[in-house]
Amino acid sequence: MGNFKLWGLKKSPWVFHVAAASCNNCDIEILDVLTPRWDVERFGIVLVGSPRHADALLVTGVLNRKSLPRVLRVYEETPKPCLVIGVGTCTCHCHMFEKSYNVVGPYDKHLPIDVYIPGCPPKPEAIIMGVVKALQRLK
Amino acid sequence: MNILEFLFNYLVFPGFLFTAIIGMFLTWIDRKVTARIQMRVGPPWYQPYADFLKLLIKETIIPEGTSSVLFYLGPLLGLIAMSLLAVMLFKMNFAPKTTFVGDLIVMIYLLALPPIGVIIGGSASRNPLASVGASREMTQYFAYELPFLITLAGIVLKAGGTIKFGDIIQYQQMHGPFLYSISGIIFGLIFLFVIQAKLGFVPFDIPEAEQEIMAGPYIEYSGVALGLYKITRAMMLFLLPLFMISLLWGGIGDWWAILKFLLILGLVILIKNTNPRLRIDQTLKFFWLFMGILAIVGVVLALKGF
Repeated sequence: MGNFKLWGLKKSPWVFHVAAASCNNCDIEILDVLTPRWDVERFGIVLVGSPRHADALLVTGVLNRKSLPRVLRVYEETPKPCLVIGVGTCTCHCHMFEKSYNVVGPYDKHLPIDVYIPGCPPKPEAIIMGVVKALQRLK
Repeated sequence: MNILEFLFNYLVFPGFLFTAIIGMFLTWIDRKVTARIQMRVGPPWYQPYADFLKLLIKETIIPEGTSSVLFYLGPLLGLIAMSLLAVMLFKMNFAPKTTFVGDLIVMIYLLALPPIGVIIGGSASRNPLASVGASREMTQYFAYELPFLITLAGIVLKAGGTIKFGDIIQYQQMHGPFLYSISGIIFGLIFLFVIQAKLGFVPFDIPEAEQEIMAGPYIEYSGVALGLYKITRAMMLFLLPLFMISLLWGGIGDWWAILKFLLILGLVILIKNTNPRLRIDQTLKFFWLFMGILAIVGVVLALKGF
């Protein structure tokens, strides 16, 4: 990809919010990021309603037997190139649900994650930082 | 007019390229003003261009089992129509000799093509939410078209019965703009709401209601096809106020037209930001009952010479 085209991708990441059975804390923090107080539209970040429009997937929560096929399907529906950003400690290592009977393991066993944002829940500032780090990884 | 000149007019100036670039800049103004109203900073000026550039490099997915011809025809139809409308608008304003009988009717049909494209694309998407969006778009199109056509009939009456677009502009330059009369103000009000509905801005963004049916007819679109829809929308944001100024406010031949344009754009953005979304039945009632009756009153006043 040329520098010029890459610039377009870096300046307008549209995000789609995939809630894979989280406890809702991370979801609410993501919604906080989109409020006027943090104003992510400054960086061109817009929350879109359809995975077909998305450039980055914000996944939250622990993957379990029920949510894994759904998350995989949303990932396949997203046009490439797309980023996957794991929000919350649950996405890094299943957190305290690690030994639970229906948990199928951490995310990177199943789909490629670009950036993890730890925290339970992470602060809005941390989420913005995570998206910026993910964009810096683009080559 | 030779073929090269026509191609230049259609593709570069004042057709596709010029209108698209100005229109995308106007969508930035829209987003920036919206942000300022919500006490935010808002996106930088190059945001719409970056969005489009990004959509160019994204993969375009065609849903399984759909007709790819119809799927691409949806976004293309509106784009083609809007490019032609731009050429006609500028030609009639700056070279009134090029007007021909019935070009106003051609423009009405060109303005009808973007919603038809959205309906075709939404129906071809094979997605239940897209079908809901397409049917809402159809209902809304029938809703706003009635007062729109009555208004245009009133304008034709005021211009002495001519259906030449260039003649309507010339009539206003000789006798003063139509907007400075009682019936003209009524027509202007109706025109403003019709612009709002044609653009799909907030009181009338029922077809693509993001919170309930997730972008409606556009739900399956990605990559270039989605970008074409965005560009069509941006071109309409530029052309519809120009259409209104040409028909009601004395044409776009002088520098005052820029101020008039900004005023109309500001009103549209303000209405967008201070209203909740209507339901589809409320839209139909609003346009057919209130706006329809208002339009007929306007036509009667125009007949009486007010």
